[in-house]
Amino acid sequence: MNKKAYSLFLKDFKSELRTRYAINALAMFIIVAISVILFSVGNEKISASLTGGLFWVVIFFTAMSGLSRAFVSEEERGTTLALQLVAAPTTVFSGKLIFNIILVFAMNTVIAILYSAMFEAFVIQNFLLFLTSFVFGNIGLAVSSTIIAAIIAKAGAKGTLYPVLAFPILLPLILTSVQLTLFAIDGISFERAKFELAIVVSYDVIMLTASYMLFDFIWKE
Amino acid sequence: MIWKIFLFLLLAFVSVAGISFPIVENPTRWYEFPLIPGLEENAKIIFFHVPTAWLTVIAFLMSTIYSFKYLRKKNLDDDVKSYAAAQLGMIFCILATVTGAVWAKFAWGSYWSWDPRQTSIFALLLIYGAWFALRSSIESEEKRATLSSVYSMIAFVTVPFFIFIMPRIMSGLHPGSADDSNAGPVVNFKMNGNMQLIFFLSMIGFTVLYFWMWNVGYRSMLLKEKLDKKLIRG
Repeated sequence: MNKKAYSLFLKDFKSELRTRYAINALAMFIIVAISVILFSVGNEKISASLTGGLFWVVIFFTAMSGLSRAFVSEEERGTTLALQLVAAPTTVFSGKLIFNIILVFAMNTVIAILYSAMFEAFVIQNFLLFLTSFVFGNIGLAVSSTIIAAIIAKAGAKGTLYPVLAFPILLPLILTSVQLTLFAIDGISFERAKFELAIVVSYDVIMLTASYMLFDFIWKE
Repeated sequence: MIWKIFLFLLLAFVSVAGISFPIVENPTRWYEFPLIPGLEENAKIIFFHVPTAWLTVIAFLMSTIYSFKYLRKKNLDDDVKSYAAAQLGMIFCILATVTGAVWAKFAWGSYWSWDPRQTSIFALLLIYGAWFALRSSIESEEKRATLSSVYSMIAFVTVPFFIFIMPRIMSGLHPGSADDSNAGPVVNFKMNGNMQLIFFLSMIGFTVLYFWMWNVGYRSMLLKEKLDKKLIRG
């Protein structure tokens, strides 16, 4: 099963590298989003905690802009039926999930680097905490975004409905991750942040389980 | 029929008692309520605000249960029941938000302060809204039922976090938050005997009212579907 999922991921990855639609669009979106924030803030001095919150705003909207491609592109190209015939539902979900996880990590690393370059107040004091919350937050983001992308790919109004559906599901993750980012900026020790980290990890596990169990129903017509 | 009269009498008694019984320092008579420090006069909202919030969760739970049943048996009646429950849930969610905001004006000075519990009831409103938006975007009946059932179950996974966990661990203004010295007047029973009685009667009355409204709602929707099909077939 893992080999099949991996080869599905490779198919998406290679076709993405060939056309580079998603990567270009996402890169431009990240630059545009950060520019808008820079222009709106102007010469005002923004506090470190504000930059922490805005960091996750950019992450959320970039995710909403780019992560639905995994399933929506299949619908647009008309290859959904072929995919349904070729692989079991869990394999398809695993393949798409791996693709989205890689995409989220790439995206968020770029955002983090650009962010720390553009905003002087965004200085991470406890880097280990930031890294841990980054890894688990990204996994949670990818899992929830993938399952919601599967739902809207089958529905009608793909683009506009995606953030509407995904936001309430992602809210626990975003609230806790913002908290953790603020902790990392303030230099709070790893020990004191264990509770919030536990919330993020449990969110990942719960959403992963729920997604695998429910994907069958979405996928089979 | 008789139980409807009972329900009416019960809810009338609860409403009148909840609003008119005085709050005094040391309650001596059967119709007096104790003074809860921190809440004082505006404690009376507990008889109306807590049941609406409770019903939102119950409605969501029932919507998810019928979604689960639909996914197993693919019987469209279950989808209609789920829809009726969600409609009521949305109404009660709006009521809980509004009554909470009105109480907040008196207790904290402003209608909305992004207190964790206010944030979580708002998140619940967003979930309901997203569910209805999803439903209205799909044409085919079975697909609509399947996709909205899946979304309902995914969303329900986050509900216990919003309603039971988040407001109690985060520091905030609402009774029962991490700032409060106890877990709130409901869990820690700061109310005396007769106040508790009115409170539980209120919860029971509202719950029965909800189940009655849900029952009427889904039966009328099922009948409407049946009539529509008869009209089409001629």
